[in-house]
Amino acid sequence: MQLRVRALETVLAEKGYIDPAALDTIIEAYETKVGPHNGARVVAKAWSDPAFKRALIEDASKAVLALGLMNRVGDHLIAVENTPKLHNMIVCTLCSCYPWEVLGLPPVWYKSAPYRSRAVNDPRGVLADFGVTLPAGTDIRVWDSTAETRFIVLPMRPPGTEGWSEDKLAALVTRDSMIGTGLPKNPKEVS
Amino acid sequence: MDGIHDMGGMHGFGKVEPEPNEPVFHAKWEGRCFALNRAMGYAGLWTIDKSRAAREELPPDVYLASSYYKKWELGLENLVVELGLAGADEIAAGHALRPGQALKRKLAAAEVPKTLTRGSFARPAAAAARFKPGDRVRTKNIHPATHTRLPRYARGRVGVVEALRGCHVFPDTVAVGKGENPQWLYTVLFEGRELWGENGEPSLRVSIEAFEPYLEPA
Repeated sequence: MQLRVRALETVLAEKGYIDPAALDTIIEAYETKVGPHNGARVVAKAWSDPAFKRALIEDASKAVLALGLMNRVGDHLIAVENTPKLHNMIVCTLCSCYPWEVLGLPPVWYKSAPYRSRAVNDPRGVLADFGVTLPAGTDIRVWDSTAETRFIVLPMRPPGTEGWSEDKLAALVTRDSMIGTGLPKNPKEVS
Repeated sequence: MDGIHDMGGMHGFGKVEPEPNEPVFHAKWEGRCFALNRAMGYAGLWTIDKSRAAREELPPDVYLASSYYKKWELGLENLVVELGLAGADEIAAGHALRPGQALKRKLAAAEVPKTLTRGSFARPAAAAARFKPGDRVRTKNIHPATHTRLPRYARGRVGVVEALRGCHVFPDTVAVGKGENPQWLYTVLFEGRELWGENGEPSLRVSIEAFEPYLEPA
């Protein structure tokens, strides 16, 4: 594949359509700047600041923009909140739509046939693949990202984190907990 | 199109396999391929739905056997050939054999930061929204041979409108060069049993983002 991609890049560069230096900058940005650390900041802020949490649920694009973490976020970000009775999970059954601005590029499993096929009819089985078991009284709600709206899960704040700073809270927020295939880390793991 | 990409509810693909400490790219070519797609997308010759359609139109055996970024490579090759931007002979040779066309835009490195933000897909509406939150709707039983964002598992099903998400570019027309044709977009919620019958978990609920032309009153 390396040769095939290089061939296409060479042709498009020689034709004057692309600048290879721009490609370098894009790769660097997605390897360093854009990633789930941004989403973790959003979640930690929502756990710490009730007014921000309300604003986030009301209009996530606007709330995240106001946080000033990134240049800007897309216009169609939606935050969905987990509760003891409801667990949210995000999928794109048709391709791989994913909230890049807050979570970075999607992991391979998110784009894979097993996840895309099973998330909508066997989400509990998918969670088991991640080693996650929800209490029997917790219902599952799956969001299929079939348009340009993008979703981020607001997981529940773990007990035993009272008085923690936003920085410390952010360390508990895993990428998978913001997709709904995982839960935040146990506070004992980071304290 | 009723293609292999429309995977919701299919059986037989096995377990999900999370990878601990997964890198952003698994090989250098994945990053180049990703960035190449982004840079060519910037030229404004096609929309996101057109590039999705290019991947969906790959033969099913190729689609299933190709990694994510390999599909991006194959989709991009097909697009540039289809639009006459480069010849298959040039890609095979690994060099331009003829001069390129003049494009509207070319992405410079200094402009990359602004492309990290997704553009808006919201557009002014030509008419008032037909449905409101709480309305019962039935998805249409449509099977277009071209790009659509109504997944097979959610066709001909009754659900409830949960939210109105604004008026957006309509993928079904923009992907085939018939214009943005903006349509109201809704979150429509279905009970698991409505989608999967007796095999559905009773407490499961699944939503899709549905454009107004996909819906009729129920």
